[in-house]
Amino acid sequence: MEENQLSAPRYVVVIGGSAGSLDVLLQVLPLLENIEKIAIVIVVHRKNSDDNILEELLRMKSGLHVKEIEDKTLLKAGRIHVAPADYHLLFEKDQSLALDVSEKVQYSRPSIDIAFESAAEAFGQKVIAVLLSGANSDGTDGLLAVKKLGGIVVIQSPVTADVPYMPAFALTHLVPDHVLAPIAIADFINGLNGGF
Amino acid sequence: MTDDHELDILITEIFDYHGYDFSGYSRASFKRRIDRIYQLDGFGSFEEFLSRVRFDRGYFERLVEEITVNVTEMFRDPSFYKVLREEILPALRSKPFIRIWHAGCSTGQEVYSMAILLEEAGLLSKALLYATDINQSVLETAKQGVFPLSLMKDYAENYRDSGGKKDFTTYYFANYGLAKFDERLSQKMVFSQHSLVSDGSFNEFDLIVCRNVMIYFDKELQDRALQLFDDSLSRLGYLALGTKETIKYTSVQKKYEQLRNEKIWKKIN
Repeated sequence: MEENQLSAPRYVVVIGGSAGSLDVLLQVLPLLENIEKIAIVIVVHRKNSDDNILEELLRMKSGLHVKEIEDKTLLKAGRIHVAPADYHLLFEKDQSLALDVSEKVQYSRPSIDIAFESAAEAFGQKVIAVLLSGANSDGTDGLLAVKKLGGIVVIQSPVTADVPYMPAFALTHLVPDHVLAPIAIADFINGLNGGF
Repeated sequence: MTDDHELDILITEIFDYHGYDFSGYSRASFKRRIDRIYQLDGFGSFEEFLSRVRFDRGYFERLVEEITVNVTEMFRDPSFYKVLREEILPALRSKPFIRIWHAGCSTGQEVYSMAILLEEAGLLSKALLYATDINQSVLETAKQGVFPLSLMKDYAENYRDSGGKKDFTTYYFANYGLAKFDERLSQKMVFSQHSLVSDGSFNEFDLIVCRNVMIYFDKELQDRALQLFDDSLSRLGYLALGTKETIKYTSVQKKYEQLRNEKIWKKIN
């Protein structure tokens, strides 16, 4: 099956967002190209529902392979993996993704902090964590872990965020590698492949 | 924060001293649970933590409770219960006797939800609900059928979304901030400690419900648990898993037929 032909990703880009982040995703994802060595994981706060509207929308707008994560889904380069509502997302070293329904963290499940921290522990320097628009302080602790373990930290510039609280909060707690507007975030991700 | 080597030691020690085998747990979840309790309880060193786990039985039980996530609610994922109500229970109606196993039942909310569905379908009198968990203390709570009253608003909403037509408050008695579920529901329940890691099949069932339990297992342990469920299901019996779980790519898959895209599989041979 095609499953076996895909090799382990060179980079794991984890994008965390809350209120106001959907528009950014709809701006960034369609601009991505040459991501065949990069696995992208999206962790956004959203209401629990049975439908796959978010995945459909992202797939339609980006033309990329977008899929909701299920228990032990394998992280694949060239794909957009979307964390399901109401589960925390964890990364295993063998590239599988684990789900967890333990207590909410900062009123959130999925917690962006948990996803960033877990990605950092599993993949260290291969991780690029991107924090987008949002109305709470989720994500900051996770970014600190990513930084500590050698990954790259990108924060959406608060002036370009619909709801600047989340990126602004992170900026008061750490110095990221980059503070970028949405289009520059897409350029940055595209540039990862060319870096080698 | 614990590292891989320390986690390996901890898993070995827990097995040697207490007989619980966590080697098949999903490593990332296990690590997160351990890091959390290590931090909450303010240990100064891994050795101090390890020695407490080895020799303090009470503390070890708290650890097990912390590792085995016990977050649950009544009628969680209402659409799942709607399918049970509208399709699965009617299919079991012709049986002289209905046996259901809730594997990894935690504090019992799903078992009480099931008992309510059975009662509303007129099937409770000929049903028996076996509810098991690895953790004895959650079973005590489940047996009591007493939950915080503050949760009832959400539960009632889930109940309605699952197709429930009655006044949800008729199922429990409210007192001092607690809700005690009617004993006519718990009368049909049998609670028992059982480990999906090390115990075997103990009966034959028409429906096995194991939702968001195997997400904490690695592939190998998931296969073991699925084999155990397969050994415990009657022909044409049903297996119900959590909304993000699947039996795809497992050895038992070929014996089962999935109900549309629901997380319910019927054993066909």
